[in-house]
Amino acid sequence: MGTFIVRRLLVALGVALTISVVSFMLLHLSGDLATSIAGPEATAEQVAQIRVEYGLDRPIVSQYLDWLGGALQFDFGRSYYYQSTVIDLIVERMPITLTLGGLALGLAVCISIPLGVVAALKRDSWVDRLALLFAVVGQAMPSFWFGLTLIVVFAVTLKWLPAAGSGGLEHFILPAIALGYYATPAMMRLTRTGMLEVLESDYIRTARAKGLSTTSVIFKHALRNAIIPVVALAAVELGFMLGGSVVIESVFSLGGLGQLAWDAISRNDYPVVQAVVLIIALFYIVLTLLADVANAALDPRIRTR
Amino acid sequence: MPLLDVQDLRVDLPVEAGTLHAVRGIDLSVERGEMLCLVGESGCGKSMTSLALMGLLPRRARLSAGRLDFDGESLTALSERRRGQLRGRRMAMIFQEPMTALNPAYTLGNQLCEAFLRHRLGNRRQARERAIELLERVGISAAAERLAQYPHQLSGGLRQRVMIAMALMCDPDLIIADEPTTALDVTIQAQILRLLRDLQQEMGTAVIFITHDLGVVARIADRVAVMYAGEVIETALTQALYANPSHPYTRGLLSCIPAPGKTPPGSRLQAIPGVVPSLVGEVEGCAFRNRCPLVREGEVDAARCEHTPELRRLTGDHQARCHYAEHRAATRVAQPELSP
Repeated sequence: MGTFIVRRLLVALGVALTISVVSFMLLHLSGDLATSIAGPEATAEQVAQIRVEYGLDRPIVSQYLDWLGGALQFDFGRSYYYQSTVIDLIVERMPITLTLGGLALGLAVCISIPLGVVAALKRDSWVDRLALLFAVVGQAMPSFWFGLTLIVVFAVTLKWLPAAGSGGLEHFILPAIALGYYATPAMMRLTRTGMLEVLESDYIRTARAKGLSTTSVIFKHALRNAIIPVVALAAVELGFMLGGSVVIESVFSLGGLGQLAWDAISRNDYPVVQAVVLIIALFYIVLTLLADVANAALDPRIRTR
Repeated sequence: MPLLDVQDLRVDLPVEAGTLHAVRGIDLSVERGEMLCLVGESGCGKSMTSLALMGLLPRRARLSAGRLDFDGESLTALSERRRGQLRGRRMAMIFQEPMTALNPAYTLGNQLCEAFLRHRLGNRRQARERAIELLERVGISAAAERLAQYPHQLSGGLRQRVMIAMALMCDPDLIIADEPTTALDVTIQAQILRLLRDLQQEMGTAVIFITHDLGVVARIADRVAVMYAGEVIETALTQALYANPSHPYTRGLLSCIPAPGKTPPGSRLQAIPGVVPSLVGEVEGCAFRNRCPLVREGEVDAARCEHTPELRRLTGDHQARCHYAEHRAATRVAQPELSP
């Protein structure tokens, strides 16, 4: 298990470096940075001045190494738009995104796994049909629309919860439901399929032949094996929620990372874009690593591979 | 009183085209410490029979039995809870596929001790000691270290030994072994067969051994029941069956086995022509008549075979389900060597 984790860490490091190169290069590929920073009305001299000021006249490799060196010390430079450093902007918004993502995933897991198990056990029953309906609706409904509906019902009409803003935990309930419901159908369906497949397997028959209780057969022998692909999916879903919850964040006016990235892109605020892309990529890497470790803990065959 | 007494066991499965009569009224009895072989080709109902005995039939299957007694107790009358207490404790099962019959996520120790602990035969330490003792008994070296290993770290032959040890954990009265050697290499097959036979004699456990291979039967069985199309068509002590196979199907099966040294090299292997009748809907008359050499060669009155034959007593324990069981076919059957 130890060597497995070390091996995975090395791979993760390689991926992180590659992503840092790509996220740095992407911006330089999108055109002359100095021109776009200076704006359409700038003169050639002003552009040249900006080029020198921002260090854009130096060789690309040395620019990258400077940026990477800074990034390793959490120094991503200053925002072109806000009057603060990039890292401050990120640190300010990170808790919002993490809270939202964590709550949404927690909610999705708590609903999708039990529902998937019950749907598999009661295959073709009304519970199964209802679960399928729940999943199809979740997949078909745009998350912004569902978010708006939640606001109309629970914030505007019933006045139970705030409609927008990021204050206490109560501000996260509606967005977490909206985002969590979005992640639920796939995990629910995967749990159900996994359970159906595992319940047909020979080792479940062996477990039953030993006279084990139904609880033990389902939870000890079946769920543990059925859940393995769900763990990997949950990691991807969480990564997606951390990086891609722009829509939900704007519907509920939660100033998270997604919102920051979106604003930065529209304002050509390149240091912020670069930093957010790198950080979200790092989230994915860490989550994938955790999912791999969790899978190895669940399935001994993976450890020796 | 036999350990297991089954009369008129029927298993029906609803399928799209109607009802599949997988098991059509079989009678079986197994004495304590006896090895009964259930033989037949795939689809003859032998696996369904074993699942019915264990109470592990698929939920949609319907079971009925004139009598289904285990140690004097009617299994059909038991609650699911009581049935669960017997299962794994007094009747255990060994399955065909050792590669998939063990849970990949748990250690061998965990899976071996499970039934022992579930049936409250002792504490963890006692379970572990029993597991080590049995692993050694089934010929696995370094048994204590094996307990921490996972199924994927073992070969098929070793896994089947683990399955056997697992079945023995609670010292059951009856073991049902469903083709336990079919998925193994021939050399491993022989070892496993010998092991099962030795254990059965040593521990006095009754075994129902299910196979399609009459060559295997000759080596291990006390008694044989040959199944065809969901029925027992012939049953006898092993020696008697091989000396005097009375149902044309049994004779056909025996002639399918090539005997080393007797079957000339290059000669055609025997096969029974035709296919098993569909068991969906009622089967009228003798189920074997469309493949029967006696009928095909006009040696017998085919009209009589339109009537369903009963399982008739021929001599002593020897019974066959054929109107013409006493008819001696002209074709001689190559008999495999019987082990002493």
